[in-house]
Amino acid sequence: MWNRFRNPYAGLPVLAIVLAVLPLAFSNPYHYDVAIHVLINAVVAVGLNLLIGYAGQISLGHAGFFGLGAYTTGILSGVYGWPPLLSVLAALVVVGVLAFAVARPILRLSGHYLAMATLGLGILISIVISTEGWLTGGPDGMIVPTISVFGWELFGETRWYWVMAVLLLVAVWLALNLIDSPVGRALRAVHGSEVAAQVAGVNTISYKVLIFVVSAVFAALMGTASAHYSGFITPDLAGFFHSIEFVTMVVLGGMASTYGALIGAVILTTLPQLLTGFDDLEMVIFGAILMAVMIFMPRGLVPTLTARLRKGS
Amino acid sequence: MLGEFLQYLFSGLTTGATYALVGLGFAIIYNASHVINFAQGEFVMIGGMGTVMMMAAGVPMPLAVLGAVALAVIAGVALDKLAIERARDADIVPLIIITIGASLFLRGLAQYFWGKSYHSLPAFTGDEPLKVLGATLLPQSLWVLGVAAVLLVALAFFFNRTLKGKAMLAVSHNKDASRMVGINPRFILMLAFALSAALGAVAGIVSAPITLTSYDVGIMLGLKGFVAAVLGGLGSAVGAVIGGLLLGIMEAMAAGYISSDYKDAVPFVIILLVLFFLPSGLFGKRGTERV
Repeated sequence: MWNRFRNPYAGLPVLAIVLAVLPLAFSNPYHYDVAIHVLINAVVAVGLNLLIGYAGQISLGHAGFFGLGAYTTGILSGVYGWPPLLSVLAALVVVGVLAFAVARPILRLSGHYLAMATLGLGILISIVISTEGWLTGGPDGMIVPTISVFGWELFGETRWYWVMAVLLLVAVWLALNLIDSPVGRALRAVHGSEVAAQVAGVNTISYKVLIFVVSAVFAALMGTASAHYSGFITPDLAGFFHSIEFVTMVVLGGMASTYGALIGAVILTTLPQLLTGFDDLEMVIFGAILMAVMIFMPRGLVPTLTARLRKGS
Repeated sequence: MLGEFLQYLFSGLTTGATYALVGLGFAIIYNASHVINFAQGEFVMIGGMGTVMMMAAGVPMPLAVLGAVALAVIAGVALDKLAIERARDADIVPLIIITIGASLFLRGLAQYFWGKSYHSLPAFTGDEPLKVLGATLLPQSLWVLGVAAVLLVALAFFFNRTLKGKAMLAVSHNKDASRMVGINPRFILMLAFALSAALGAVAGIVSAPITLTSYDVGIMLGLKGFVAAVLGGLGSAVGAVIGGLLLGIMEAMAAGYISSDYKDAVPFVIILLVLFFLPSGLFGKRGTERV
């Protein structure tokens, strides 16, 4: 019965239906707000999963791209008065160019050295953001204007929910497409054995660079969306802990599984909401859950559970 | 001129010694297990905060110091036994997340039991600064450097002259071969966690009178210790120490001569430049990888 699920595109209409029906269960703006944050994180996780799950390259600095995207559009539209749609576009270009510029030297590294370099890059971005207070408001954060598209003002939870839902569908479709293309096959070869892939004639470096830039731009796009949605941004968006949250979403859901990344984003975004009742113990419980899941399911929830279901059926 | 330079050098060496001890902790655990322990900074926090809290409860300082080191060692061994050992077959990324989960767990416990405020320890032997060639030197800085030096000599003796130390080196070179000659890698791994927890705790205690301590000091210290270990070439103990001292000195020089705004950014700029141009660190092995 699992063969039906082999075609990854089969999940796309299901996802669309879930996203369309979900608001029926929402009774107040808070529900919409949580859902919007889930969608923001889900798109970032789907992009990061291409890099970590498929290309096998870790990044501990993707929140840097997220934050840089948020601050670029925030500064251009808020301080310099650019039309927000243009400033969003500019933010994507800025992050894309930066990611492209650093990708080659960074992706030459592997393992812990790669982790160190991406971590360093992310932290540098967050330090610059919190230090250049004259432009960014420093650690206190800054206000970001709302976005309007051809006279239609994008404001309020309901409108944003639908925009984010469409973004997620497009992101998932793009990711599935990429995985199913020659690029995707080359990437899996890189993940399996980079040297063997090179010997077989795959230009591994340029594929890795491509995926690095794509995943950085995904993160930047959601950074800009999150900035204009919430109207207020702080340097924490680019911080180390935020990067770790993104990586955890990918790994928790299950690496090399686009829907796994989605589920990871759902869990990791709603979990802190559920834990707020525990007040001071929130961090302790969160840390314990991270450890427990990784110890007992190092391959992530979705692959572990589907393997178990298959065995059972 | 010279006074100013010496001033920065002293403060750089003092922070550098702390980074060196934390970096050494990274190297020891990495050698025993190829795990990067992101909870390393929390041992530093437990050392400093543990001493503060025990002294506040009326324990005399020497006993409080011992108690705090013991607490860190217990945390380190527990981390190894309850988490790392159970997940030893996992990939790099899950292991990184496990140790980050552990650091959140420990930091959360510290926040819960010890609160969020900043604390300071009294200097071990007074606050009267010494005058050296136009620069001032806190006696506590001498304590930091002295304790670090003693620990390094003791570790060198341990790794080169004792059976347990040699066994640890053997495991880092070849785990299977060392098991064949009767070394128990699990015990070595536990020893590595205990040792680096103790190193971190001591670093936290001796530096607490200068830098203050709180439940969240471990974040930056842990990351900078990781930078020190990578700068020296992962797995090289000497490299981690030199890397740590270099980081401390460059940070102090940049803060003094350029701007203190970007003090915390210095280690990360340095490590990115080094990795771009010398991908295996300053002292790492350059050998080719076997496929």
